[in-house]
Amino acid sequence: MTISPVGRLEGTVLPSPVLDVSGLTISYRDQSGTRTAVHGIDFSVAPGEVVALVGESGSGKSSTAQAIIGLLPENGRLESGSIRLNRQEIAGWPQKRLDGIRGSVISLVPQDPGNSLNPVKTIGKQVAEILIIHGKATGALADARAIELLERVGLNQPALRAKQYPHELSGGMKQRVLIAIAIALKPSLIIADEPTSALDVTVQKHILDLIDELRREYGTAVLLVTHDLGVAADRSDRLIVLRQGRIQEQGPTADILANPQSAYTQRLLADAPSLNIRQRRVAAVAKLTQGEADDIIIVEGLVQDFGLGGKDKGLRALDNVSFRVRRGTTHALVGESGSGKTTTIRTVAAFQKPTAGKVIVDGLDLSAPPRETLRLLRKKIQLVYQNPFGSLDPRQTIAGIVEEPLLNFEPMARAKRTEIVASTIEKVGLPLDVLQRRPHALSGGQRQRVAIARALVLDPQILILDEAVSALDVTVQAQILSLLDTLQRDLGLTYLFVSHDLAVVRQISDTVSVLNGGKIVESGAVEEVFEHPQSAYTRELIDAIPGKKYPLHASRPISTNSGNI
Amino acid sequence: MARYIFSRVGQALLVLWAAFTISFVLLQAMPGDAVLIKFQNPEYGLSAEQIADIRAAYDADGSVVLQYVHTIGNFLTGDFGYSLQAGVAVSAQLAANLPSTIRLAGLAFAAAALLAVIIAVLSNISGFGRLRSFIQSLPSLFVSIPTFWLGIMLIQIFSFRLRLVPVINPGEWEGLILPVLTIALPISAPMAQILLRNIDEVLTRPFVSVARAKGASHTFVLWRHVAKNAFLPVLTVAGVLFGELLAGAVITETVFGLNGIGSLAEQAVNFQDVAVLQAIVVISAAAFVTINLAVDLLYPVLDPRLKAKLGGVA
Repeated sequence: MTISPVGRLEGTVLPSPVLDVSGLTISYRDQSGTRTAVHGIDFSVAPGEVVALVGESGSGKSSTAQAIIGLLPENGRLESGSIRLNRQEIAGWPQKRLDGIRGSVISLVPQDPGNSLNPVKTIGKQVAEILIIHGKATGALADARAIELLERVGLNQPALRAKQYPHELSGGMKQRVLIAIAIALKPSLIIADEPTSALDVTVQKHILDLIDELRREYGTAVLLVTHDLGVAADRSDRLIVLRQGRIQEQGPTADILANPQSAYTQRLLADAPSLNIRQRRVAAVAKLTQGEADDIIIVEGLVQDFGLGGKDKGLRALDNVSFRVRRGTTHALVGESGSGKTTTIRTVAAFQKPTAGKVIVDGLDLSAPPRETLRLLRKKIQLVYQNPFGSLDPRQTIAGIVEEPLLNFEPMARAKRTEIVASTIEKVGLPLDVLQRRPHALSGGQRQRVAIARALVLDPQILILDEAVSALDVTVQAQILSLLDTLQRDLGLTYLFVSHDLAVVRQISDTVSVLNGGKIVESGAVEEVFEHPQSAYTRELIDAIPGKKYPLHASRPISTNSGNI
Repeated sequence: MARYIFSRVGQALLVLWAAFTISFVLLQAMPGDAVLIKFQNPEYGLSAEQIADIRAAYDADGSVVLQYVHTIGNFLTGDFGYSLQAGVAVSAQLAANLPSTIRLAGLAFAAAALLAVIIAVLSNISGFGRLRSFIQSLPSLFVSIPTFWLGIMLIQIFSFRLRLVPVINPGEWEGLILPVLTIALPISAPMAQILLRNIDEVLTRPFVSVARAKGASHTFVLWRHVAKNAFLPVLTVAGVLFGELLAGAVITETVFGLNGIGSLAEQAVNFQDVAVLQAIVVISAAAFVTINLAVDLLYPVLDPRLKAKLGGVA
């Protein structure tokens, strides 16, 4: 690593910052050459302070965090700038020297607890390791300290946990273990890189509370890297908004939220579902409350058991689930992982037979579907998945991907197919020149539009949207939500919207069912459920939505920008 | 867990039975007759009747089904029959030849594993940065070399040119050096390739960054975190490679003139000595099946995730 230190002003009267970054420039090398990801940014973190680094994907927030702790990917390079940790210049330190401060002065709470622990080592060993590496304890003493730390981060039965392997713990528990590692040596700075984006919303709240509590106790400063403005708003003292490797603005969190200066920050705030108590959604079907009930999806007493093979007792994934969806409306299924959301939609989409109960989709009974019913159903009901990167075949062109469903039904002339594909691509707001490209040439938002086009090409009546906007940046998410809204009105579509994100659910749905442990704990009109939740679980879910600290009270309209991304 | 062991052992026995049956059918279907090959030789000067008597003694013209039942029964009791060519019990021949082959195969396997690890380590320590791409190309080179050619080349270079290792009347262990190398080099190649690829893959996993963030050095991470994760898939391949090891032994023993199962097999094929061939096939299959069974049973011990899947909750 080569750096050219930048001259700095010295001698300020403020307490010297834990972290002082100036002129930080990071670039990545790949086949196409060198790409600068971060362009000379300056910021600092005071002792005990929480500074949130927010931005969308590609903003350089993670690169910045990785550079500070000296763990840029192999093709990444710290081009120039200075990183001062407790007034010591660490930019340009060789890895061997950085090993001495990593874990002890600066530590990391990573993004993905599921993959951040070694699968073949016990929890206790992985916690004790940090003590051993820094020579703070060895052998039985280190193991005992590890158990104390596990207890400190709120794990029940810490002695048992220490002997377990990562796969035996839930995501939230694993993140607690990683926090225990991060605080073990009472560092002066913790870098929390999207610490809760892989966790359920109630778990997220507990984890963020824990980080807050430990930070106060130890006086540790936190650099919180997040894409979630709600989380940043609730948890940070100061906010740094990054975009394409440049700082858009930074300052006290309350000030920025109340009075954002840059146009980009304004848009980001407007697009963040969690910060906006939206205006009442105009019901997709005007005469929602009048006339005969026209329920396109009827689920009654649905039970789904999964046998674990052999004489093991099976798992009841769904227990007496019932709901109805009116034609042309959006019904949301919300719940945390393991609540049965995915099982429900798989049964509604006839990917599996229910153990008991009735599923009727547009008059077709799926409880005992003959082959022909299934084929008819496939044309009526289509799915859009969460991951726009994994759900498109990288070797096919966009035209091929969107055309494929047509080939599975009655033969159609090639010209006719091409015409349908082109008109569908236009419907989802993509330019026609994407047709000859392949998925890797498109952005995440564009790919999700392609996935929607593929679902629409058969002219279905129902779209099942399985966390369809969860992987997208807020501004892109707002655009896709707006597109979905338009399509619903134009085409009279019915949506079954599966999400863990209640803020988004509130924005797009008419009715909602809250699932917990395979049972529906509450259902009804969205406003009703959100304003007057009846079950304790729903209340807990709603309380856990971040972004409550600075409510923006619908002062900003939801972005209606549905143009190309 | 008990279920898993039970089903794996059952599968292993099934494979063994299939190997026996298929080889039995193939050996029976072979044209030619071992009895005739041996006893029609004019040197013996036997009459047609005498030959017919011998045939009856060996039950050479009996029903195939009866012979099958008879043979499988004998095999189960450890009786492999008699070699026509040598006129001794096949079990005696095996007892004479098996130990040297086991020694050769065992050493070759250990050498191959060692070589694979050395290649993987060398290409991952910082000092060898420049040599890295050369070291990484070694496995592809090794895997492309035919065993017989490699054996001959090693003899040419080390014995005849450099005179480092004698091939004519060598000491017991000295004589093993070149044959072991001949088998080990091509076997080490796929192991090293998989090990290298796995190390690279594991190094990109988030838990490696977390370990680095604890202050662990690159070497520490490599040994304490990456090694075991990267090694697990190699184990599967190692089991499969054992088959190649046996094939390699046949050629190598012939090239180096060693007595062993390989050379025994070669002679048995030349003389259509069915009983010997049948025994060798079953012994080889048993070795192959045992090694792979051991790998399957070892996996859950080394990988806690698999143990959980098998219901062996600690």
